[in-house]
Amino acid sequence: MSHGFGAALKVDDGKPRLPGSLHLNRRLSQWLHFRADGVVEVKPGKVELGQGILTTLAQIAADELDVALERIRIISVVTPDSPDEAVTSGSLSVQDSGSAIRHASADARRIFLSVAAQRSGVAFEAITITDGDFIGPQGKIGTYWQFAEAGLLEVEASPEARAKPVAARRMVGISALRRDLPGKLHGAPAYVHDLSLPGMLHARVIRPSARGAELEALTDGPLPGDARLVRDGNFLAVLASNEWDAEAAAGRIAARAQWREADTLPEQTHLSAWLRDAAARGERKVTEERDAEIPAAAHRLKRSFHRPYLAHASIGPSCAVARFEGDVAEVYSHTQGPYNLRADIAKTLRCPPDKVVVRHMEGAGCYGHNGADDVALEAVLIARAAEGKPVRLLWSRADELGWAPFSPAMLVDIEVEAAADGSLLAWHAEVISNGHSGRPGRSPVPTLLAASQLAEPFPVQPSINPPLAAGGGAERNAIPGYRVPKLHVATTKLLEMPIRTSALRGLGATLNVWAVESIMDEMAALVGEDPLMYRLRHLDDARGRAVLEKVASMAGWQGHQPREGFGFGIAYARYKNTGAYAAVIAEVEARERIFCRRIWIAGDCGEVVNPDGTGNQLEGGAIHGTSIALVEEVRFDRRRVTSDSWESFPILRFSEVPKVDVALINRPEAPFLGAGEASLAPSIAAIAGGIHAALGVRPRQLPFSPENIARAG
Amino acid sequence: MTRFILNGGEVVLDLPDHATLLHALRGPLGLSSPRFGCGAEQCGSCMVLLDGKPAYACALGVDAVAGRKVVTVEGLGTPAAPHPLQAAFLAEQAGQCGYCLSGMLISAAALLAANPDPDEEAIRAAMDPHLCRCGSHNRIIRAIRRAAQEMAQ
Repeated sequence: MSHGFGAALKVDDGKPRLPGSLHLNRRLSQWLHFRADGVVEVKPGKVELGQGILTTLAQIAADELDVALERIRIISVVTPDSPDEAVTSGSLSVQDSGSAIRHASADARRIFLSVAAQRSGVAFEAITITDGDFIGPQGKIGTYWQFAEAGLLEVEASPEARAKPVAARRMVGISALRRDLPGKLHGAPAYVHDLSLPGMLHARVIRPSARGAELEALTDGPLPGDARLVRDGNFLAVLASNEWDAEAAAGRIAARAQWREADTLPEQTHLSAWLRDAAARGERKVTEERDAEIPAAAHRLKRSFHRPYLAHASIGPSCAVARFEGDVAEVYSHTQGPYNLRADIAKTLRCPPDKVVVRHMEGAGCYGHNGADDVALEAVLIARAAEGKPVRLLWSRADELGWAPFSPAMLVDIEVEAAADGSLLAWHAEVISNGHSGRPGRSPVPTLLAASQLAEPFPVQPSINPPLAAGGGAERNAIPGYRVPKLHVATTKLLEMPIRTSALRGLGATLNVWAVESIMDEMAALVGEDPLMYRLRHLDDARGRAVLEKVASMAGWQGHQPREGFGFGIAYARYKNTGAYAAVIAEVEARERIFCRRIWIAGDCGEVVNPDGTGNQLEGGAIHGTSIALVEEVRFDRRRVTSDSWESFPILRFSEVPKVDVALINRPEAPFLGAGEASLAPSIAAIAGGIHAALGVRPRQLPFSPENIARAG
Repeated sequence: MTRFILNGGEVVLDLPDHATLLHALRGPLGLSSPRFGCGAEQCGSCMVLLDGKPAYACALGVDAVAGRKVVTVEGLGTPAAPHPLQAAFLAEQAGQCGYCLSGMLISAAALLAANPDPDEEAIRAAMDPHLCRCGSHNRIIRAIRRAAQEMAQ
């Protein structure tokens, strides 16, 4: 079975190394198909999450094959035909899929040209390609389309294929327009939510009244229209011919159900104490250790940083459409990992994976592991009672904000020592958190919500942290990118999970980057040094220094005169310590509460395929980070999550959104580094720095609400 | 039996009281642009024009629109003849996942109809009921400014 991490986790299988996901999906025909009508089908295993990846991948293929962009048709992922690229996450889509498609395209080009050269007698080197036409010294000698049916791609990719030199690239490094946007701007069906199949029924789920509650009694009574109940243990749903009856029926069932509840959640007001308490029973691992002889320290800091649970808060609640044909379950889903979802649905149904077909369709942006996978299993469970008819299940807002996995609450303790001039000598960090991945497909038992509610339930396993080689989870970016001779970073994963946790944009970096950067600010202040200069002299990575210097010049950091009530903060991180570089300056205004008015971002994402799309990702990440910094917190009592509406779980609004300036340092010769997550955590950290500049207080707890800032003061 | 004008044409529906306008638009009327986000008038994904003013379709009974004019994104413009806002959103690449965009276009259209030259503050105020999770706000503001300029010419 696949380990579920795809190309993010390199396997030593003895085969010649191929780029990105091509290594695990080696056959060219898995990725590319030329059609006789002049269309190139490109078949990535990564999915569109709103990040514009399909446009980017089309550019890479068009460029390497020398065909017009319009000829590229991206085939959405469907099991088992599409390559298994595990999960679309970790800002790895261009690294994993783009690298694979570039290499596969280069190899396909080489194979087709060889055949054309052989047939025509024209030397291979003498042939050029113009929009799919092969041109020799005497004119056109063939096309891709002419050999479309020749089966030339039914081979393994050759490690020898070479992509074009940078100077020969035409379709990458340019801001091609998003391919999905025209339809979306005209209201065309675009999401799984919009899928309408003949005979389709509508379903809604009725949640238990509290986490872990058991159904005690359900009073009989009429339901509207043709609505009927579907039940398996504590999993309750209704099925009707239309949405209005399904919704009304769900309301009636909820009112007729009696649940046996118990206190299963920690006291929110003592969340950090609970984290320490649970950590004593947790699993501690050393993340990284460096020993060195160091001189006696002149400065010491010992600080703790705390973060609440966070919600993905997708604008569209999760949705899926499922149906059974015989014993095969087919589900349309906005999952990030179609094969991983397939694995967990099969485990739940206790059937082989090939009895489940997952077809990807877009959903609203997910920003990590939201309810997409859960709703897909639930739709399948309900479809078992629908006699072969398709079933569309749409979650409610309360389902999405109250029952999707959350990014775990965290605590980080950091103790540092520095010499008299501020040079860092020793760094000790202890990270405490639940695991950051409860994604399907990686555990022997299914991790999907309904699996634990069935009459024959599966146990709930505490979530895991992805291996450090895949970026880590709770420990992501806990190892500072700055020079420090002595280092000890350890991570304690909790083995109890009162609130189901999984991956959210940035994972542990959301807290770790802010913690590291806050220490850097405070140590700089202790020795009276400018926070930018202090960072620069501890940073050996020239690309890191370049983004810091760039952002400082964009914002006018040097010589900046602060206004009353305003403050500038600066922060930097290389995402996962291996991905994209981002430096951020935030301008904060302190009024009755904190506002972030401006953000400047300098990013280095390696080679940039689509500058506008990359800038869009960095800007979106910064606004997401600002929202987390200022307003977001999952709230709960001892039995249930209570922040299950937009009123109780607010996110940043138009009136609060900062203006954002983005600059990219393009490195066309360098590998792709991803863009989706790099700016988020540094934005939080820069806002914290801005709060100190405006108010003289260093916050210790997210969100930076008046209450939490007062506590820090 | 409820009659109203949808995107310029008369429609007739016979739905029970608990059916909302959003249910009707997405169900029997076959449209996809108004989208369900919360069902509680808190996010703006379902916004339509009701007699020219933005209205949440998710919590509005079908009866409430009897005899009135409803416009959705499908009625704003067509791919061949887009509304200036649709062209401007495309030019500014104002969107990521796009789920919120239908509602955004509707409120922006109402804003420009009432105020052909809104400044940034007026745009932010008019769009404040709308949630976007991807962080496309600044692009959306620029797109609305661009459309206003196009329409002034």
